[in-house]
Amino acid sequence: MFWNEKIETLSRQDLEELQLKKLQSIVKKAFNKIPYYNKKYSEIGVYPEDIETLKDIEKLPFITKDDLRESYPFGLFAVDMKEIKELHSSSGTTGKPVVSGYTEKDLDTWAETIARGLTMMGIGENDILQNTHGYGMFTGGFGVHYGSHKVGAAIIPISTGQTRRQIEIMKDFGTTGLIFTPSYGIHLGEVAIEDGIDPKELGIKAIGFGAEMWTEEIRQKVEEIFDAKAYNIYGLTELMGPGVGVECEAQNGLHIPEDIYYPEIIDSNTGKVLGENTTGELVLTNLEREGMPIIRFRTKDLTKITYEKCSCGRTHGRISRITGRSDDMIKVKGVAIFPSQIEKALLKAGDVEPHYMIIVTRPGTLDEIEIKVEASQDIFFDGVKEMMSVQNKIGKYIENETGIRAKVTLVEPKSLPRFEGKAKRVIDKRNLH
Amino acid sequence: MKVKQLSIFIQNEIGSLSKPLEVLSNNNINIRAMSMADTSEFCILRLVVDNPVKGKEILEKNNFLVKTIETIAIEMNDTPGGLTEILKILKENNINLEYLYAFTHEKQGKAILLLHSDNINDLIDALNKNNVVIVNSQEIYDL
Repeated sequence: MFWNEKIETLSRQDLEELQLKKLQSIVKKAFNKIPYYNKKYSEIGVYPEDIETLKDIEKLPFITKDDLRESYPFGLFAVDMKEIKELHSSSGTTGKPVVSGYTEKDLDTWAETIARGLTMMGIGENDILQNTHGYGMFTGGFGVHYGSHKVGAAIIPISTGQTRRQIEIMKDFGTTGLIFTPSYGIHLGEVAIEDGIDPKELGIKAIGFGAEMWTEEIRQKVEEIFDAKAYNIYGLTELMGPGVGVECEAQNGLHIPEDIYYPEIIDSNTGKVLGENTTGELVLTNLEREGMPIIRFRTKDLTKITYEKCSCGRTHGRISRITGRSDDMIKVKGVAIFPSQIEKALLKAGDVEPHYMIIVTRPGTLDEIEIKVEASQDIFFDGVKEMMSVQNKIGKYIENETGIRAKVTLVEPKSLPRFEGKAKRVIDKRNLH
Repeated sequence: MKVKQLSIFIQNEIGSLSKPLEVLSNNNINIRAMSMADTSEFCILRLVVDNPVKGKEILEKNNFLVKTIETIAIEMNDTPGGLTEILKILKENNINLEYLYAFTHEKQGKAILLLHSDNINDLIDALNKNNVVIVNSQEIYDL
């Protein structure tokens, strides 16, 4: 089943011709309409007319999350606000968030990518899709929502939480498709079993999951719990949202709608473009975007790509599941966290930056995060009450900074490991790699 | 007059109490009195030692987090009601105690009570006014 068979099965040659045409036009638009690109490209002497082949994209500089932040909020918009129909923002990151703006046509393009993905998963107009992704500034909720409208499924915009109600609705409404983060999905299944409901009996046909790191074992567990196939969905707020990559029935890599996003894999140290089947950092370019064209965005996500035709018949390239990050970001409960945010929170609690360690675990199905902080003269008091309030205060600062609640444990000075060179601040015990 | 107590931050883990105590014993520092405030994760170990200045120095040299805290030592009757008598005085004078701990020594029929309050001067005034014997700090160190 295809949503857009003609485009999705286009020959590589035709696809690349289409990509080149779109790339030329978006680079031109970015250069003419957005001062950021104009300045950056002019500085190194690259101009839109230098893009004669797809490979010429390598002449263009990368854009990073920091660049996007510096342009906060609307510095990278290519159109007037009157053309913008929706605004989203990335969650829980350092400093200013990243804003994403969409025109009417952008929302349609976004929906198109999700519609292709839902079709790959076998979700169509006869289905009832329960979307447990959060609705709000997070793109996960609305992206899936628009895509679901496009394929004509009945969407249940239940959002995250209210686990027992989720299960009741699955049962009563006859939900056939589920969208969740893997850890929440497993949790849902367990709660259902606790309540005497066998998730296998719910009649779920397909599951789309994303927004956090997962392994093949986690996928198998999810599939086993619901007796349904689970498909990986990948996306980034910066580029649009979910839908940048979705798995087809072959479950052998995520198809990137290459007429909409142009993928490259680079060596994250040298910035050189790597070939097929070599793991590196994914770099993405919007080929089809009016509101905020992003060109050569460094995702920091590590993966590899293949352009081999898929057994499903699609010709668009496939990336493997994300196996890591080229920076120190971790995802906990689906939220992106950088150690620098923890540092910032700790600095608010005392005058000096304490030594700390982030420990992420998944004791059951849900993530837990603990911050071990070495106590210092600054934050040591001769009273349990005062010490508890120090702990609570640090916990609050961390929550303000990252949006998630962390357990804070004060430990003795010099009790945490020391590193020569770059400190390793994160111990991830979830085995997601 | 004020007794210098060492407050040490330790984790609530097997063996964590013996580490600072070993450091003290290796340096020939004797403990006069001790008490501990604990939570499930950490403890505050409170010690009165014979040489608080040296004690703090060597503990810090061994990476312990130490604060010197002033406490007041008083003599009380080692008989039923001895402590109640003192507490009554504090209550009447509106003194809020953060903590206290007591120990006995060679002096028959008497015990020593260590008191800590955020308003240590008010505490001293109240004790003096009621003729409670405040024990000299050096006497405590030299017990």
